[in-house]
Amino acid sequence: MKKAYLFVLGGSGTLLLSAFLFVLLPRLQADPIQKAGISAQLPYTEIQARGRKLYIEYGCIYCHSQQVRDPAAGADASFGWGRPSLPSDYIYDKPHLLGTSRTGPDLSNVGSRQPSREWHHLHLNSPRDLVDWSIMPGFPFLYREVKSPSKPAEGAIELGEGEGRWLFPSEEAEALVDYLLSLKRDGEPQPAPSETKP
Amino acid sequence: MDTQVLFLILTFAISTLGILAFIVALIQKQVLVPPRAATAIFAEGELGQGESDQTSSISRQWKALDQSARGPILYFFLSSVAWLLLGSLLGLVVSIKLHSPEFLGGYDFLTFGKLRTLHLNIIAYGWLSFAGLGLALWLVPRIAKVPLQRPAILTVAGTLWNIGVCLGCLGILYGVSDGLEWLEFWWPIDILLAIAGALVAIPLFQTVWRSDEEHIYVTLWYTLAAFTWFPVLFVIANTHFLHTGVQQGIVNWWFAHNVLGLWVTPLGLGIIYYLLPKIIGKPIASYQLSLFGFWGLALFYSQVGAHHLIGSPSPTWLINVSIVMSVGMTVPVVTVAINHHVSAFRHLHVLRDSVVLRFIVFGAMMYTLSSLQGCLHSLRTFNYITHFTHWTVSHAHLGLYGFTTMVFFGGIYFAMPRLLGRDWRHPGLVNLHFWLASVGVLIYAVALGIGGILQGMELRNPDGSFEASLRVTLPYLMARSGGGTLMLLSHFLFAYNIFDLLRGKEVSS
Repeated sequence: MKKAYLFVLGGSGTLLLSAFLFVLLPRLQADPIQKAGISAQLPYTEIQARGRKLYIEYGCIYCHSQQVRDPAAGADASFGWGRPSLPSDYIYDKPHLLGTSRTGPDLSNVGSRQPSREWHHLHLNSPRDLVDWSIMPGFPFLYREVKSPSKPAEGAIELGEGEGRWLFPSEEAEALVDYLLSLKRDGEPQPAPSETKP
Repeated sequence: MDTQVLFLILTFAISTLGILAFIVALIQKQVLVPPRAATAIFAEGELGQGESDQTSSISRQWKALDQSARGPILYFFLSSVAWLLLGSLLGLVVSIKLHSPEFLGGYDFLTFGKLRTLHLNIIAYGWLSFAGLGLALWLVPRIAKVPLQRPAILTVAGTLWNIGVCLGCLGILYGVSDGLEWLEFWWPIDILLAIAGALVAIPLFQTVWRSDEEHIYVTLWYTLAAFTWFPVLFVIANTHFLHTGVQQGIVNWWFAHNVLGLWVTPLGLGIIYYLLPKIIGKPIASYQLSLFGFWGLALFYSQVGAHHLIGSPSPTWLINVSIVMSVGMTVPVVTVAINHHVSAFRHLHVLRDSVVLRFIVFGAMMYTLSSLQGCLHSLRTFNYITHFTHWTVSHAHLGLYGFTTMVFFGGIYFAMPRLLGRDWRHPGLVNLHFWLASVGVLIYAVALGIGGILQGMELRNPDGSFEASLRVTLPYLMARSGGGTLMLLSHFLFAYNIFDLLRGKEVSS
């Protein structure tokens, strides 16, 4: 069976050809966009980057995409998810979080669509309190619930109405919400402001 | 614009060169095979006899070869079964979580996103890889007609691989991961897996090298290629940190699709090409056709990955290449289908006696079905509906379960009694396993496929809402849990059958 080398060589050949097409060639196209640094998305701050890590850790990507399709492909625009995505929207994304599933809504511009910090905390703590048809998992372990007749401290969020239940977000929850609020890929691509350059 | 044109010309030139090389290879005598090569897997007197599920019919020649690596192969099989039980249990839990989100809800380690990732990685790197490797190690000596060389290395390799998968899973639970789908394991663990994989390849290639057989049987083409493809793929994919944003997404899906097509699929097809003729006792319908099947897979499959990025801001030329190649996949799929199904339909009566053949034929049918499904939904018009929906999950399970897992079940049911020299004590339970698993996966795939299409149509409806696209899937998600329950039950039966075989006594010869 000395001819086994034919299959090893032929096999590596076809795969290397595809690696050339998929890894090298598009890279040549991507590099200038990366270099130009012109993007609708701002570079992530330290705390936003930490929130992004949590987004990855809790597997948000398995249900939420971060890419808006052309109107020809889907109703993304009429759902209020924003303009079709551009390659330059992702120049700070490493690892990429484009996603392949829309079991949940697209989050490309969730920071513009839902700018309320409080809403995000209440929603992350218990999604069905706000959206009764949601199938998203809750993250109550990122919050501390306190009973008190009046607002116990700065930063507490009221749960329900006048029930005396208050929510304290953990550092993680704050970071995650910071990240979600930073997602605003709906503007015109612009050079990064000099003070936020990474 | 100029660069785009340049890319197109380059792509075209490279593809043409590739096809030319392919034609040259075909004309070469080394590759054009004598028809008698198809009978190389039969010992003297076996042709026309067929081999039953029972071990008593096994010839002395195969027995000696099987024994050459009995220990490590059994180790691989048992590891695979353990991972299968854990992985599919997690699969059912995440399936239930999708329609009943409060089920086991509210705990960090039990979050959907973590358990789903564990399910995928355990099934891909635990169950499928171990079962596929074990079966390859059993098949290679039989085809090379040389005892497996250096089997001791395999125990080390298997243990390293087990440790790698364990650590990778712990990493996912504690938030240490690379964050790319199918590449979640933290990169140092990937290095460990790469070393373990290379250690498996050494005995395998050495066995092939020692062989004096003039012709290489088709199963071994696939095995040799798979063992070439996976390391190259895995190493290149793990340099994903060199890329950013959309470009990284392209590398990600190049890997994720190829790990199915160039690692799991060839191992599965190799097993069908061996067991199908072996059990019916007749060589495969057209040995020449299998050439097209193999080289077609090599050429087309490696370039289909970007159809996962239709609608994303990836370069259009790249997505077009992937769509063309995805449609090109009909060539290898149809040739393999003709080969397998014609062989099977000429000997349908054997299905009555051989439960193993049921697994194999079912797997071959699902390969055809899921592959044609893949060609279809890589077309833009169809992909616009199915993209981002549960259809993709249904398709993945039709391929990885209906095809590969079922074929691996059949392979293990065939190989284990021969390795141990014992018969299955309860063939009825093996048969029950087949029915639970096959009905389970059909319910799963059909329900989720329909649910996915409906979801996709809602996601395209400009007057609709996201809420509608979610609500419409709920009954189908529940049906999926039903199918999944049957599949999980069948796995416990599988584990019981193996446990039962291990504690049995050897058949006196």
